Amino acid sequence: MSEKIEFTTERLKKVEEIIGRYPADRKKSALLPILHLAQEQYGWLSSATMDYVAYILDIQPVEVYEVATFYTMFHLDPVGKHVIEYCRTGPCCTMGGEDVYDHLKQKLGIGSNETTKDGLFTLKEVECLAACGWGPCFQIREQFYMHLDNQKIDEIIEDLSK
Amino acid sequence: MASDIKILTDRINIPGIETFEVYRKNGGYEAVEKALKKMSPDEVVEEVKKSGIRGRGGAGFPMGMKWSFLAKPEGIPRYLVCNGDESEPGTFKDHYLMKNIPHLLIEGMIVSSFALGATKSFIYVRGELMYVIRILEKAIEEAKNAGFLGKNILGSGYDLELVVQPGGGAYICGEETALLESLEGKRGNPRNKPPFPAVKGLYQSPTVVNNVESISTTPWIINHGGDEYAKLGIGKSTGTKLISASGHVKRPGVYEIELGLPVEEFIYSDQYLGGIRDGHHLKAVVAGGSSVPILPANLILKTANGEPRLMSYESLSDGGFATGTMLGSGGFIAMDETTCIVRNTWNFSRFYHHESCGQCSPCREGTGWMEKVLFKIEHGQGKMSDIDLLVDVAKRIEGNTICPLGDAAAWPVGSAIRHFRDEFEWHITHPHEATQKGAVFSNESILV
Repeated sequence: MSEKIEFTTERLKKVEEIIGRYPADRKKSALLPILHLAQEQYGWLSSATMDYVAYILDIQPVEVYEVATFYTMFHLDPVGKHVIEYCRTGPCCTMGGEDVYDHLKQKLGIGSNETTKDGLFTLKEVECLAACGWGPCFQIREQFYMHLDNQKIDEIIEDLSK
Repeated sequence: MASDIKILTDRINIPGIETFEVYRKNGGYEAVEKALKKMSPDEVVEEVKKSGIRGRGGAGFPMGMKWSFLAKPEGIPRYLVCNGDESEPGTFKDHYLMKNIPHLLIEGMIVSSFALGATKSFIYVRGELMYVIRILEKAIEEAKNAGFLGKNILGSGYDLELVVQPGGGAYICGEETALLESLEGKRGNPRNKPPFPAVKGLYQSPTVVNNVESISTTPWIINHGGDEYAKLGIGKSTGTKLISASGHVKRPGVYEIELGLPVEEFIYSDQYLGGIRDGHHLKAVVAGGSSVPILPANLILKTANGEPRLMSYESLSDGGFATGTMLGSGGFIAMDETTCIVRNTWNFSRFYHHESCGQCSPCREGTGWMEKVLFKIEHGQGKMSDIDLLVDVAKRIEGNTICPLGDAAAWPVGSAIRHFRDEFEWHITHPHEATQKGAVFSNESILV
C-alpha cells in the first residue's frame, strides 16, 4: 500500500491562497506554484501526487503530467535528501566548473542523475542558474552555493553529511 | 564621455535597503506618489516614451512604443507581466537587482501598471530563484501594509494587486509568449504571432511583458523625467545598462554602465572588470548573452573599420554579423587563451538542444544535430565536411521557427565557425591532441 497523498493542513491553506491569486476561471495558473508545493512536501512528484494536484485544480491528470515533464525542476523519480543541482552551462565552465564538478562527483562517488547509497545526495546537471559571475555554482533546494572550489565542496558535503 | 552615473544601483549597498523602511527613507516610492497624485496614466507613458529606453531583456525594443501598442478595449482587463525568467547564459543582473533591492522593482511595477491601466500584475520569476521569490513576496507585503499596494493606493482611487509567479525551470519561458503560456499553467510553448500580446496576451487579454531591469528603471524616469534619461547614453542607446560580467576577468559581477562606454575601458579599467586575469590574454568575448555572435578579442575592442567599439546597441552591432555582434541582455562573457572555442560552442549547443521546446522541427532536430556534430569534433572524431555541415544546419534553423530560440541556437555556431574556423580544423587534423585535457589551439594573432 502506498501512502495516501494529501497536503498538510498548512499547505492546504497555502493552496487556497495561491488559487485566489488568479481570476476565478483561471485556476490552472496555480499549477506551477502548487507543483512546487507538492515537491516541497514529498521531495518528488509521483503519478499519485500529480493526480492529487489535478484533483485539487479540477483539471485532467494529463494536464499535470505534460507540465511536470516539461519543466526541469520537477523530479519525476525519488531523490535523495539533498538534491545538488550544478550548473553545467558555458560561463560556469569558463569559471572553472568542469574540474570542480569532477571533484564533486568523485567526492560523492556518483555521477549525474544518481543518488548515493545512503540516500543522502542526488546529483543533477542543470542549465544556467543565472549566477554566472559568481560561478561555478550549484543549488540545493532554495540555497545557492557560489564561487565553488574543491575545498568549498568538501566543506559543504561534510557539513550536510553530519 | 560616459559618466559613472548610477540610476538602478546607486542605493544597492545601503544596509537594509531590502526593507521598506530603509528603501522609503532613501527616496523610495516617491515615483508612486508623483505618478498617482500628479500625473495621468498617459503622462507616465509619455515620459517613458521620451526616455527612449529600450527593452533590457535582450531584444532592445523601445519600451514606450511597446506600451503604446497596448489595446484598450472597454470592459476587458489589461495585464502587466514582468519577465524575471532570466535564463540567458551569462546574464544574472535581474537576479542581482531583485535579491538586493526588491522594492525598486515593486515601485516600478506600481507606476508601470498605473500607466497601462492594469489592476492585477504579475512578476514571473524563474523557479530556481525561489529564495528571491520569497524576498519579493515579503517586500510586496511590506508595500501593501504601507498603503502602496491594494485598494485605493494613496487615496488615488487606483487599485493594484501584485502576484509573484514561479517558473519551473525552462529557458524558453523567457520568450514572452511562452512565459504567458507558463503563467496560464501550461507547457512553455511560444505562441504564433500575430496576435501579439498587446492585443491578446495573458488570458487572451491585452498584455505588456517587460523585463525586470526595464521596469526597475521607470521610477527614475518618473522622478527625473524622460528627457533627463534620454540625455544619458549615446544616440538611440539611451540611459544606463546593467552588464553581467563573467569569465576570465579579474572582477566578475554586475556593473551599471552608461551606454556608450568604450568596451576597452569596461574590460581593462579598475572601476569595471579590472582586465584579464594575470598572465593571460583576451581571446574572445560573448557580449550579450550566449545567443549573440561570439567575437574574437580584436573585433570586440575595435570595429572592422578600426573605430573603438562602445557598449551600445549600435556600436556592438556595427559590421553586422560579419564582424559585429549584439548588446542583447548584457551578458558579457570574457574568455582568455585557455578557452577552447569548440568546446564552448558545443556546450552552448547542448544548452539550446536541452532548452528547445520541441514545437518547430528545425529547432528541435537542428539543435540536436549541431550538438552531436560539435561533440564529434570536440572529441577528435570530426571530418572536415562537418564544419560546413554545421553552417548548413545553423542556416536552416535561422528564421524558420516560431520564436527566436532557433536563431539564438544558430548564431553562436555560425559565428564561432566564422571567426575561429582554424580552431575547428585543428580539432579535425589533430584528433589525438584535441582530446587531451587542457589542450587548446589559439591563433595568437587574434589575442589581445
